[in-house]
Amino acid sequence: MNIYDHILIRYGELALKGKNRHHFIQKLKDQIVSKLAPLSGHPTLDIARDRMFVRLNEANHKEVLTVLQSVFGISSMSAAAKAPSEVEKICETALSVFNEQTAGQPTRFKVTVRRPDKTFQPDSQVMNGIVGSYLLQHCANASVDVHTPDIELKVEIRHNATYVFSGDIKGVGGLPVGISGRAMLMLSGGIDSPVAGYLGMRRGLTLEAVHFHSPPYTSERAKQKVISLAQRLSAFGPVRLHIVPFTAIQETIRKEVPGFIAMTVTRRMMLRITRQLAEANDALAIVTGESLGQVASQTLESMHTIDAVCDLPILRPLITTDKIDITKVARQIQTYDISIQPHEDCCTVFLPSAPKTRPKRGPTAFYEAGLQTETLIAEALAGVETMESFDEKSEKEYSDLL
Amino acid sequence: MSLLLRVKKVGNDQVIYLDNSATTKPFQEVVDAFSKTSLRFFANPASIHSEALEAEKLLSRARQQLASLLHADEEELVFTSGGTEGNHMAIFGRARAMQHRGKHIITTKLEHPSVQKPIEHLEQEGFEVTWLTPNQRGVVTAEQVKDALRDDTILVSIMHVNNELGSIQPVQEVASLLATHPLAAFHVDHVQGAAKLPLALRQLPIDLLTLSSHKFHGMKGSGVLFVRKGTALSPIQIGGTQEGGRRAGTVSVPGAVALAKAFRLAAERYETEWVHLGTISQQFRDLLASMKGVRVLSPPDAIPTIVNIAVPGLKAEILIHALSRQGIFASTQSACSTRTYAPSRVLLECGHSEIVAGSAIRFSLSCETKQKDLERAATVFQQALHSLQKVMKPS
Repeated sequence: MNIYDHILIRYGELALKGKNRHHFIQKLKDQIVSKLAPLSGHPTLDIARDRMFVRLNEANHKEVLTVLQSVFGISSMSAAAKAPSEVEKICETALSVFNEQTAGQPTRFKVTVRRPDKTFQPDSQVMNGIVGSYLLQHCANASVDVHTPDIELKVEIRHNATYVFSGDIKGVGGLPVGISGRAMLMLSGGIDSPVAGYLGMRRGLTLEAVHFHSPPYTSERAKQKVISLAQRLSAFGPVRLHIVPFTAIQETIRKEVPGFIAMTVTRRMMLRITRQLAEANDALAIVTGESLGQVASQTLESMHTIDAVCDLPILRPLITTDKIDITKVARQIQTYDISIQPHEDCCTVFLPSAPKTRPKRGPTAFYEAGLQTETLIAEALAGVETMESFDEKSEKEYSDLL
Repeated sequence: MSLLLRVKKVGNDQVIYLDNSATTKPFQEVVDAFSKTSLRFFANPASIHSEALEAEKLLSRARQQLASLLHADEEELVFTSGGTEGNHMAIFGRARAMQHRGKHIITTKLEHPSVQKPIEHLEQEGFEVTWLTPNQRGVVTAEQVKDALRDDTILVSIMHVNNELGSIQPVQEVASLLATHPLAAFHVDHVQGAAKLPLALRQLPIDLLTLSSHKFHGMKGSGVLFVRKGTALSPIQIGGTQEGGRRAGTVSVPGAVALAKAFRLAAERYETEWVHLGTISQQFRDLLASMKGVRVLSPPDAIPTIVNIAVPGLKAEILIHALSRQGIFASTQSACSTRTYAPSRVLLECGHSEIVAGSAIRFSLSCETKQKDLERAATVFQQALHSLQKVMKPS
């Protein structure tokens, strides 16, 4: 039988005070509620002063814990058993939790009683002794060790009830999605940009992903890959995806701009378009997956030249990381296997043989002066396809067949 | 026989199909899914246009569904043309990949011909094979496998449920035993057990597992082989790079979809009806056992979907024909060897006499079998037996 009826949620970021704190809790609550909604068993959320509790009702505690592990802002969680605040009931519940945790194995334990309800008597120290000796009496294999316990049994005596739990499960930490505002994410099909997006969301950003699609030079599969990546990211919070038709611009650049500078001009066009999309969607920054020195477009000179066309802050969460670290996160958030599918994106198709690695602002502006920049961008923006959710139309058709 | 010839041929409504171990009738929903997929998603999933992408996505959904039902990973599933191909891929594929490390194979004398023949073939090519002899209940033991294990054993192939007797082999014990022998891959022919006796692959260290769609109400011509990550296997069907390079040839998307659907539906049906099926199967066994001259060969703990009996002295074929005139369809031994009219090899290996082995009849049930069907089958069987026993005095 499952003895747990609650999940206790702790949130870190204790530095938050006043209004910020209220905002934080509100956003965190919204996130958790939306994550719990699709689960079976009707789990509900209760908010206490410094904690949240998921009341499991009929829900499975492991399933709920798994879902909560993708909610930013949660620092740790514990499955808890609720008891009436009466000494005897507390002891009995403590014993059930202890037995569930130890399964009869020899165990050195420690009891920690906290008493947010200071009116409760006896006090915490005395209660420690009462619960501890109760466990010793009822478990042959148990012994007390306050310095290096195998398990720490925690008892929280609150105003209306007592919670008994043991074992903290780490949350992903960070800040609840949306608390830091809205940013555009330039999402290619590669390994880096989804990781950059994830790290941005982890610091509380809501993302509007932007992808540049150049049919027929890039395939439906390449687009599908980006949709899958956006879908994966949406597990951490709401993500919208804007797909920008980019063929005309790439063909024009190919025709009108010398090969060695074409890459830089292309990146500048992408940034200009993203800048416009940011304005239209009330976003205040642009997130990219660049890290310093990885490829031609990621030298300091290149960034300097590209950023010149955009007055919004460009956030590069990966700027100082290397491929190994990025890959590690990509695997952890399960975007890696999607990213390594071999479909070309618009950059690789038009890759010139010898791109300039250290472009300068002046000459770049000179080479692109002949382009009808405004018209090209307006045309591209007119064709943007925005996806709010990633359950494709055909998804139901598939599931009906299966 | 003359008496039986006078019986009018029965209409379809009275047909009682008890040859489900040979093949099952596909579920209507499965045939619908197969036909819809054939028309709507006919593109080759390996092509690069958008129609192909749709077919590929559907194929991948089918694979995902099946993987989650089998507690496996998607990449561990290879779609095949059925049980025989799956068994060949596992056996020849393993032998080819590992012959430089060892040339010893362990299997049983109970196996289906699609396992037995490839292994005999390898034996002729110079592999050494230990053929484990089953006991009379049609079972080999993990101890036998343990005793036969050598440092150069590269493959152990043991079926899950015997197709003639319904005897269940100790695949869990063998799997745990082999967990500490990484060189010896464990192949299980799961064809008769699939959807009925689930093997949770996440917990059970089985390396290769064969399934065939038409044995659980799917379509003929499709199957799947589970290949655990890290199990060295050479492709047998070579050419294109389909199925991760493990099986060349255009994948049948409709076949895969129908397989995934049939497996889901059948597993649900068997789970809900398992206890009931056990009860009616036991009643049927008891009825048959109470008849004069009948011996039940399936062991008491056999899978409830297979009831094998013998009427020593009466040739099985004669009884089968007599039953089929009354709309009751059963079979002798494996459908893959019935045409030879020889006594069942498997029964002989289990220690039965030629007379018993030559007179064995297999009734095989499915989740669609009704209690009244079995009652009627038993009645008809008794009548047929009665009149035949009068004519054909036991020799």
